[in-house]
Amino acid sequence: MIAWTIYLTFAGAVLLLLLPRGCARWIALLTTVAGLALCIIVFVGTPIPDLAHFTTIVRVPWVPALGMNYHLALDGVSLTMVLVTGISAVSTVLFSWDVEHRQNEFFFWLLLVVAGCYGVFLSADLFLLFVFYELVIVPKYFLIAIFGSTNKEYGAMKLTLYSFFGGMFVFVGILIAYVSGGSLDLNQLSQFEFSPQLQSWAFPVLFLGFAVLAGIWPLHTWAPTGHAAAPTAGSMLLAGIVMKLGSYAALRVAMNLFPQGFQMWNKWIAVLAVIGIVYAAAVALRQRDLKFVIGYSSVSHMGFVLLGFATANALGVSGAVLQMFSHGVIAALLFAVAGRMIYRRTHTRELDALSGMNLSHAMPFAAFTFVVAAAASMGIPGFSGFAAEITILIGAWKTYPLAVWIAGAGMVLVAAFTLRALTQSFFGEKRVQAEVTTVTSLNWEEFNPITIPEKIGAGMLMLTTVAVGVYPKLMLDRIMPAVEMMRFLK
Amino acid sequence: MSYLELLKLASPEAVVVLTALVALSIGFLAKRATSACAFVAGLGLIIAIGAVLLLPSNETLFGGMLVISPLTSLFKIICLALAFFTILLTQAEKAPRHPGEYLALVLLATVGLMLLVGSEELLMIFIGLELLGLSLYVLAAFDKIDGRSAEAGLKYFLFGSMSSAFTLFGISLVYGMTGATGLAAISTKLATTPVQPLLAVGIVMTLVGFAFKIAAAPFHLWAPDAYQGAPVPSAAFIASGSKVASFLVLGKIVLIGFAPVHGSAGWHAMVAGWSPVLAALAALSIVIGNLVALAQSNVRRLLAYSAVAHAGYTLIGFVAGDREGFSAALFYTTVYAITLVGAFGVVGVVRRETGGDDFSNFSGLVSRSPLLAGCMAIFMLSLAGIPPLAGFFGKFYLFSAALHAGANHALLWLVALGLIGSFVSLYYYLLVLKAIFVDASSVAVAEPMKRMRYDSLQGATVTLLAAAVVLLGVMPNVLASRILAAIP
Repeated sequence: MIAWTIYLTFAGAVLLLLLPRGCARWIALLTTVAGLALCIIVFVGTPIPDLAHFTTIVRVPWVPALGMNYHLALDGVSLTMVLVTGISAVSTVLFSWDVEHRQNEFFFWLLLVVAGCYGVFLSADLFLLFVFYELVIVPKYFLIAIFGSTNKEYGAMKLTLYSFFGGMFVFVGILIAYVSGGSLDLNQLSQFEFSPQLQSWAFPVLFLGFAVLAGIWPLHTWAPTGHAAAPTAGSMLLAGIVMKLGSYAALRVAMNLFPQGFQMWNKWIAVLAVIGIVYAAAVALRQRDLKFVIGYSSVSHMGFVLLGFATANALGVSGAVLQMFSHGVIAALLFAVAGRMIYRRTHTRELDALSGMNLSHAMPFAAFTFVVAAAASMGIPGFSGFAAEITILIGAWKTYPLAVWIAGAGMVLVAAFTLRALTQSFFGEKRVQAEVTTVTSLNWEEFNPITIPEKIGAGMLMLTTVAVGVYPKLMLDRIMPAVEMMRFLK
Repeated sequence: MSYLELLKLASPEAVVVLTALVALSIGFLAKRATSACAFVAGLGLIIAIGAVLLLPSNETLFGGMLVISPLTSLFKIICLALAFFTILLTQAEKAPRHPGEYLALVLLATVGLMLLVGSEELLMIFIGLELLGLSLYVLAAFDKIDGRSAEAGLKYFLFGSMSSAFTLFGISLVYGMTGATGLAAISTKLATTPVQPLLAVGIVMTLVGFAFKIAAAPFHLWAPDAYQGAPVPSAAFIASGSKVASFLVLGKIVLIGFAPVHGSAGWHAMVAGWSPVLAALAALSIVIGNLVALAQSNVRRLLAYSAVAHAGYTLIGFVAGDREGFSAALFYTTVYAITLVGAFGVVGVVRRETGGDDFSNFSGLVSRSPLLAGCMAIFMLSLAGIPPLAGFFGKFYLFSAALHAGANHALLWLVALGLIGSFVSLYYYLLVLKAIFVDASSVAVAEPMKRMRYDSLQGATVTLLAAAVVLLGVMPNVLASRILAAIP
């Protein structure tokens, strides 16, 4: 049944092209809500023991001559990712309610991204996974280049080229796995013993290719630029789900197929991950544009995911998967506040300018949302970010104690820049300078109130992060068994 | 063998020749009968496709001069279909001055394609090449008022006749050394005798001649001008039908005729033979084609340089040298041909409506004609190799076949080069799409949005081709399994 998330979303996208404008946003909402409903039904309805294995849902011969199958499967990890895709998709549509310019086209590209993400998370065939994976990239280009803001054409092109640069390595890795392993079926391939010599070079090729999309340092620079250039919905999807495609595929394909290669290289992944955490957090401290702050924070948080992978134990990897879920929600929330609630009303994201506006009085709901999102992002207990990061750090403690110390310091930096962004954007002291005060006093009475769709979207995301933060077992119970079945754990 | 029997086996060719004559005489009798001519031509092609379907499944006449096999039948149909779409494109042009002659030339070129496809004998192949070439030279230069068209025709003619000379010289050397012109006979002869230098020269010269035909670097210099200057349907036919048939024949020559001197193009494992030659051509084409295309600002020129790169990718399949590689190369070139006919269809409309085919002429196409913009996006993304379009599957098939071929991934260097090339190509294809989709606003401000005018036939043709590209990407099995099954 979960396969219908893909079909429904594609059908919705095609429908958008055929129907006249006007009802576009309703179709998009309907499609994504239906997708989310399916996710929730499956999430609740599937017994937990079934989620330990990568169980086939659909398997139809596609190109028999090449051994390609249309093969979808589900386990705890992919279910988690599908669920966060569903949640992000609905909130993204809600936060795009005000899009008027080329509306059908906007939602068409948006639904294509969502459908592709569902596809990647459910694919159990290497070729199919790659098809969906690459399918996501082009719509992102159009979403940003047409509907974006700051420096959009540059940001869009940079993001696309980085993604395809990674995709090129992935292509090589997939071809090697296919030609050497003689199959495209992920379950079969993960049983196949590739020669250690092959794994030693094929693993880094494949892993790095995927990790570009996950924002691994030093190939992360597309992320802040792309996030800042994208429209609100674009940033939400990009940071919320698309970056997870990279990390998910790195886990599902690279690490699962080439376990020995992973053993050889995991130290280096940990090094890159830790550098990414600290470096991105430090850079975020210096940013003036609110979206750039959040963009770098995404890179920093994705560093935690990679660190979790590098631990190579069940706890660390499960934490990483939980972090993917949690960050998907938090990043969407942060970008929603920055892009939709603040930027659409004040037309600026400069922290200096915002700090004079005293926005907490003008938009109390936005301020509340941002406080919650910031708290979750900083890793305050009770929110999902804490649950995920603490699991990763516990896992990492067993393998890389030093990394835990450095990452811990990184968390302090994260707290620092998040608080800085929070105080400057919402709780800035009123400046005495005349020109700023006149501008603000003119403006803030006239800000449109926060709309209902925004409130629903923000409420949904906040509820999720709190729910998972208070009761992480809800997710971990489903993630852990699936992770424990993976072969690279030894 | 009676003539009647021969005529039966050559009935598709005969039908097309007859149609050409009929079209010619209609054009001669009624000066303004554009649509009548096109109707007759299209009908003739459809009848010819029917005739191909009625052919027996296996027949070899006169030592390979006329071969009928599932493979030749399949590709005769593909060539006829490409010609059919080319004729549909001619309807969109502002009425040419001599429609009868134009269509007759297209049909004669099609006969050339069919002779090429249906022959495994060097002399017959040469005759097919010449018939095709001479028709195409005239087609390229057909727009007499346009200086660029004349330039395209002359350049194409000079380079083309040069390449024919190379091919003929190569063939004569091969004949001199082996005493045979049938591919199968050459192969048996080569298997028993050691390779002499003169024979090597003959093989290389034959290959060089074909490299001109498929526009592989460094023999591609005619392509940009021919693609840019020739009338749009002619350019489309040069890029599609001529490419497909040339690749098929090149494949047959190297894989059947020269099979014993295959050699190896593996990294650190080069063995002399034709495959290192083709590998070098492929590598050079991929690099030069993609890099030069980056600097283009005219869509047709860009397509020409990208064609060079695509020829490079396709050659990788031949370098692999086995059945799977051949099948992958044929799949790729067929998909490429379909895509290019479609792309030229869009270019034709834009050119007619805006008077040019630079990037600036395309800007804002999405608001002027969403349908054409969408189809162009499909064609460009397929060429760039984006799933789920046909070009992506083609690349996957091609590269996996190449990796399968050598032991120990010997051809990985070529595959890696191909992937880097297609990464670079993505940038320039995106530039086209950026002009179409993103630069819309600037035009909309400059001049009020004027919708593109195009008749429904044109729209239907382009849509059909775009649908084919999507369909072959989603269900590649439809074509791939047929090609694979047809290759012995």
